[in-house]
Amino acid sequence: MKARISDDAVAISCGADAVAAAFEQAGVAVERVSSWGMHWLEPLVDIDGVGYGPVTADQVPAIIDGGAPSIGIIRDHPFITGQTRLTFARAGQTRPISLDDYYATGGWLGLAKAREIGPEATIAALLASGLRGRGGAGFPAGIKWKTVAAMTSDQKYVVCNADEGDSGTFADRMVMEGDPFLLIEGMAIAGMAVGADKGFVYIRSEYPHAIAKMRAAIAAAAHLIAPFDIEVRVGAGAYVCGEETSLLNSLEGKRGEVRAKPPLPAIEGLFGKPTVVNNVLTLAAVPWILTHGGEAYAAFGTGRSRGTMPVQLAGNVKHGGLFEVAFGITLGELVNDIGGGTASGRSVRCVQVGGPLGAYIPVSQFDLPFDYEAFAEADALIGHAGITVFDDTVDMAKMARFAMEFCAIESCGKCTPCRLGSTRGVETLDQIIAGKNVEANLALIADLSETMKFGSLCALGGFTPYPVMSAITHFRDDFVVRPILERTA
Amino acid sequence: MTLTDILADHANQDGPLLPILHDVQKAFGHVSEDAMRQIAHALNLTRAEVYGVVSFYHDFRQTPEARPVVKLCRAEACQARGVDALRPVADGQSRVKVEAVYCLGLCSVGPAAMIGNTVHARLNAASFAALLGAA
Repeated sequence: MKARISDDAVAISCGADAVAAAFEQAGVAVERVSSWGMHWLEPLVDIDGVGYGPVTADQVPAIIDGGAPSIGIIRDHPFITGQTRLTFARAGQTRPISLDDYYATGGWLGLAKAREIGPEATIAALLASGLRGRGGAGFPAGIKWKTVAAMTSDQKYVVCNADEGDSGTFADRMVMEGDPFLLIEGMAIAGMAVGADKGFVYIRSEYPHAIAKMRAAIAAAAHLIAPFDIEVRVGAGAYVCGEETSLLNSLEGKRGEVRAKPPLPAIEGLFGKPTVVNNVLTLAAVPWILTHGGEAYAAFGTGRSRGTMPVQLAGNVKHGGLFEVAFGITLGELVNDIGGGTASGRSVRCVQVGGPLGAYIPVSQFDLPFDYEAFAEADALIGHAGITVFDDTVDMAKMARFAMEFCAIESCGKCTPCRLGSTRGVETLDQIIAGKNVEANLALIADLSETMKFGSLCALGGFTPYPVMSAITHFRDDFVVRPILERTA
Repeated sequence: MTLTDILADHANQDGPLLPILHDVQKAFGHVSEDAMRQIAHALNLTRAEVYGVVSFYHDFRQTPEARPVVKLCRAEACQARGVDALRPVADGQSRVKVEAVYCLGLCSVGPAAMIGNTVHARLNAASFAALLGAA
């Protein structure tokens, strides 16, 4: 008998270490693997493919005796069978830092292919795949690589943006903690394709497990990716460093202030050199594309949104976790059918898609397909594909105020609309919540939002109006009627 | 580990300031004015430049914190899962410093908190009170 238990941060935070210790104490061998991504079942124990979860240490004897209720065969669970796992193909099944496991599951085939066909054909495969930047902006990855490849320079860099600060997102963390070699392989392919021999992974300090796993994996794989070399750098608690130019300044040892573009990082990036800056999920999609071909990847998806997206179901959701699926699935299917509605058992009121800068979307728009263009048309964004579910107790005026407050806390201070606008936004929303000149102040917020949207240097100030204005547009009563009711209750 | 050791460790690194500051904070619990002065000298930067970086990032402290620190996630997903109900627990004591953090990436199992590098999830008022008591 062997118990396979995840050692990723979600499993550990839910008590996986104590469960693993209980199995070991009972004389059962324990293997720590990545997470399947069914977070409501963590700690999930896998014994010969059969799953038990969520498990506490005192249930371990019953599991060993065969007397505990199971969830059945894990890979046959509807949450797993409903997915198209390309990037997360190994989730739940391999030991994160085991090169043997990585080799045995098709690891390094993408890098081998890229080296065989050379830089030009590698970039052509990426272009054919239609892969767009998974960090939020959705810029075609192949075009970025092509730009850097065409530059002549004594030094180029590949920078992986692992500053996953958006609330409701954890897919980057899961890649780094569960399948770190996949990211390393993707970065090595990028380095080969654009002519860079140095890579950096910029990981936020809030992810100590990811930092440790990436460092261990890089050390283990150094000989396989040479002459390409990767270094882990740790952030310092600044959300804005997820913005690529701010991240580059931070890597250089400066304040994480946003740079004006142009020049694009592809032309003048890290230390002024041509630099590919890609999100974890973008780079982690690359090995599959090289192994199976760009066309095979492009066969998934809809419209100009090709391939799969690792959607993250978070917040007040019954079945939270990671659900990788081809673009085109509707929001309603994700939240209600797959997520199972709210964890609290109350009705769903809205979701926020794309983190703190993403729009709040009411249930009436749940037929919206997961597609960059469809979301843009609905004044929303996919961002990093985190879906945060809220039940009917949520106060949307409070959430709008929080969006402005968050922007004020995290603003880098370089541009005025973001630095001042966010604070004035908090004050104005406080007036509205207090019932003072509500209509005039709502008009003021709309005007301020326009200024922030079009006048900010980066997405922090530029996109904060999305949650604010969507909350006002779809839940006006929370701003106009609710404060009166609460005051007079 | 002394500051001199830390500076020597990073002597050949490109853009070494953040890694140095992390090491200094880890070794001494904060980044003092004297440390900033020495770092500036070693990296050929002005003190103002080093201060600008230290004060920009939420992680760096300029004064030591004597109390245990618990980082409680206050971002949207944890709000949706009821982190506001833990606030009275945090406010009802002063032995532990409860700091807000914006996202620990545990958004499906919140409310979540971190002490050092240890993560805790599915918190409620009772388990959070126990966590603070043990911190």
